[in-house]
Amino acid sequence: MLSWWLPENVATFGGEIDWLFHLIYYITGITFILVTVTFLSFIVIYRDRPGRRARYTHGNTPLEIVWTVVPSLILVVLTFLSVPAWSKIKMSLPQTDFVVQVTGKQFNWQVTYPGPDGRFGTPDDKTLLDEMHVPVGKPIRVNLRSEDVIHSFFVPSFRFKQDAVPGREIPTWFEVTKPGKYEIPCAELCGFGHSGMRAWIYVHTAEEYAKWAAANLAAQAPVAQTAQAKPSAAKGESDRR
Amino acid sequence: MSATSVSAHGHATHVGHHELGFWRTYVFSTDHKMIARQFLFLGLFMMIIGGLLALVVRWQLAWPETAVPGLGWLLTDTGGVLEPAEYNMAFTMHATIMIFFVVMPILAGAFGNFCIPLMIGARDMAFPFLNMLSFWAAAVAGVLMLFGFFVEGGHAAAGWTSYAPLSAVPEYTGTNWGQNLWCISLFVLGVSSMMGSINYVTTIINMRAPGMKLFRMPLVVWSLFITAILLLLALPVLTSGVAMLLFDRTLGTSWFKPSGGGEPLLWQHLFWYFGHPEVYILILPAMGIASEILPVFARKPIFGYHAMAFSMIGIAFLSWVVYGHHMFVSGMNPALGMSFMVTTMIIAVPSAIKTFNWLGTLWGGRIRFTVPMLNALAFVWMFVIGGLSGIFMASTPVDIYIQDTYFIVAHIHYVVFGGSIFGAFAAIYYWFPKMFGRLTNPLLGHLHFWGTFVFFNLTFFPMHIIGVGGQMRRIYNPLQYEFLQHQQHWNVIITIGAIGLGLSQIPFVINFFWSLFAGSRAPHNPWNANTLEWSAPSPPPHLNWGPTLPTVYRGPYEYSSPESKEDFLPQWQPSPGRVGAGRH
Ligand code: HEM
Ligand SMILES: [Cu+2]
Ligand SMILES: [Cu+2]
Repeated sequence: MLSWWLPENVATFGGEIDWLFHLIYYITGITFILVTVTFLSFIVIYRDRPGRRARYTHGNTPLEIVWTVVPSLILVVLTFLSVPAWSKIKMSLPQTDFVVQVTGKQFNWQVTYPGPDGRFGTPDDKTLLDEMHVPVGKPIRVNLRSEDVIHSFFVPSFRFKQDAVPGREIPTWFEVTKPGKYEIPCAELCGFGHSGMRAWIYVHTAEEYAKWAAANLAAQAPVAQTAQAKPSAAKGESDRR
Repeated sequence: MSATSVSAHGHATHVGHHELGFWRTYVFSTDHKMIARQFLFLGLFMMIIGGLLALVVRWQLAWPETAVPGLGWLLTDTGGVLEPAEYNMAFTMHATIMIFFVVMPILAGAFGNFCIPLMIGARDMAFPFLNMLSFWAAAVAGVLMLFGFFVEGGHAAAGWTSYAPLSAVPEYTGTNWGQNLWCISLFVLGVSSMMGSINYVTTIINMRAPGMKLFRMPLVVWSLFITAILLLLALPVLTSGVAMLLFDRTLGTSWFKPSGGGEPLLWQHLFWYFGHPEVYILILPAMGIASEILPVFARKPIFGYHAMAFSMIGIAFLSWVVYGHHMFVSGMNPALGMSFMVTTMIIAVPSAIKTFNWLGTLWGGRIRFTVPMLNALAFVWMFVIGGLSGIFMASTPVDIYIQDTYFIVAHIHYVVFGGSIFGAFAAIYYWFPKMFGRLTNPLLGHLHFWGTFVFFNLTFFPMHIIGVGGQMRRIYNPLQYEFLQHQQHWNVIITIGAIGLGLSQIPFVINFFWSLFAGSRAPHNPWNANTLEWSAPSPPPHLNWGPTLPTVYRGPYEYSSPESKEDFLPQWQPSPGRVGAGRH
């Protein structure tokens, strides 16, 4: 159940998040049903009826110990199960030669490729606006930055989210399992154009990506969608449909 | 207990003397009961504004970029259609008002003031004049906050969390004086809370009636005591934070602005270091209220009194070390995220203990479904949902996905509406007879409760679903996103629920004012309850009791005790076996 609520997952670590999500869903669901059934039956059984006196009791220590220890154990287990996924997603960076820089800016995502020399900050860098291209099946390193306020890079289908904080560069990563076109909203309130600050990420097969890169990232390639090409998009007004 | 007898004696000589004039009785009163009523009216008035703002937000999300009915006169150039900046302002002010000017004034302000002296057997707060100042500071803060709607550039629009640097640089939101007033207002409110909480702590420590040991205090007094300690420690952090923010905005300092060497995450640390204890400041009094009302109408002692008190103390301690769970994906060191996950999981345990104890209180009872009881039962049930949904966020990997989605909005509202506001309604219906000396109308009360309960769930439950579907919070138009379009019908259902929720408050307003003026007179103890306030007349006179203060003989929850033929045994009554041995 519920998986039909989540958008389709297409990232390598997304499965672990979804698995934990469902685990917690079943644990809390069962707890909720048990508590609700108890609650409702108490309300019905112990409603005020004439001729009966309420039970005089101040508590029951063994019972209280049980209902302290059991939830504690469940939560300890949940914590231990959450640790590996967290350290994999946020605390490790797999080796990869694919690095892009993503910069949030009121109200666009600027995606910078290092260009043929493989280094950032050189004249052959290529910057796309609200558009990102990556190959499938390869760890992608994203260095997140922001030029003005805090934005949040969210790719629902990748189960990926990380705030972009001005003044620092945050290294992150993901690896996609399925080619396609996925939406990148901004998940942190960043001003009047926040809603509408979104980009697309195109996930290509290896050959398609090579073709796209040759056409768009090579030294002489005309970059169709550079930041300069769409200056008006920086204005919030055009973000309103 | 020397402080008790001294102050009791000091006041006692005044009983029955000088009548106070109109201004001293109704406006600049130092009587804790009048201050309580003032806080209640402030909170209820602000609730109307906060509620209307919520409806504006919901209209926009269900039918984006259509005119909001009734707003045409205000937004003349668009004929009632909200601009994105105005939308940001609407949800920012909805949250700010609800948290700071509705829940806090009603629970901590009104019921803190009303219950503490009356339930521990004191004649007033320790510092009555400071108490009056604390209300007037809160009122000034409210006026400043409302004033922000009328300044150029509009009111604050950076969210109730006001993350810097969005909030720190006027150009980023286009808001200037609105955000400044937001800071100033919360600064003044922080001062008010400090004055109030110093009073609560001192009063509870020093002014308990003879026999009122700490572990004979009603749980609602315990909860208000712990809330006051949290307020005392947490509010100064926010107060300094908003002052720093204001300096960044107006004096050119750079605490939070990276352009001048500042650190944006510093604001988040300060904010949540206040903000997480704050969520317990909002819910603890409601927990106390439920613990008070369930025994009265189940005619049973509270189950596990000590566990209830200690779990509240535990929550208060832990609330300082979990605040980082609001910052899992903020860019804070992920290793810290791990430790905040551990503490967050631990803090769920005392919440579970409380829930099971409430169930234990119902077990074997003789439950009477009065209006306060229904609201208290709803509190318990809704808190279960709000608490369980918190576990999703506590798991850091899951939080990556649901952070900043509507799942969070659902969680907050199950806790602060389903919890705090149902708790507030329970308290209002329960103590109305004592506060105003009149009974409320049960029929209108039931109408209000059932409408609120049904529409509350229709409004907030589906928010979990759209949150899991990925809908972000604080967006102006969900239809801008392709991956959200298939679930837009839920947004429509939620908004219809919200409208129903708003309409359900009409019977409450009618009931409140009708009962205030025309309700039948309340006896001393209409619910046959045990705690001290019910030994005073309804409403209690100035200084609460006649020449002698009540003496406390036992704990507050002796319902259906075998010691007594009645099913209640008040705290102020000497044991039936030795009638006449006491001081009464
Ligand atoms: C008991 C009363 C509680 C109240 C009043 C409360 C209220 C709130 C509020 C106001 C937020 C703010 C969300 C935002 O604006 O960013 C929040 C978030 C959160 N709550 Fe609670 N909550 C409560 C209980 C719990 C419990 C029992 C847990 C854990 C088991 C929990 C875990 C969380 C987490 C992890 C977040 C951060 C979520 C995120 O930002 O992604 N809360 N809560
Ligand atoms: Cu953004
Ligand atoms: Cu944004």
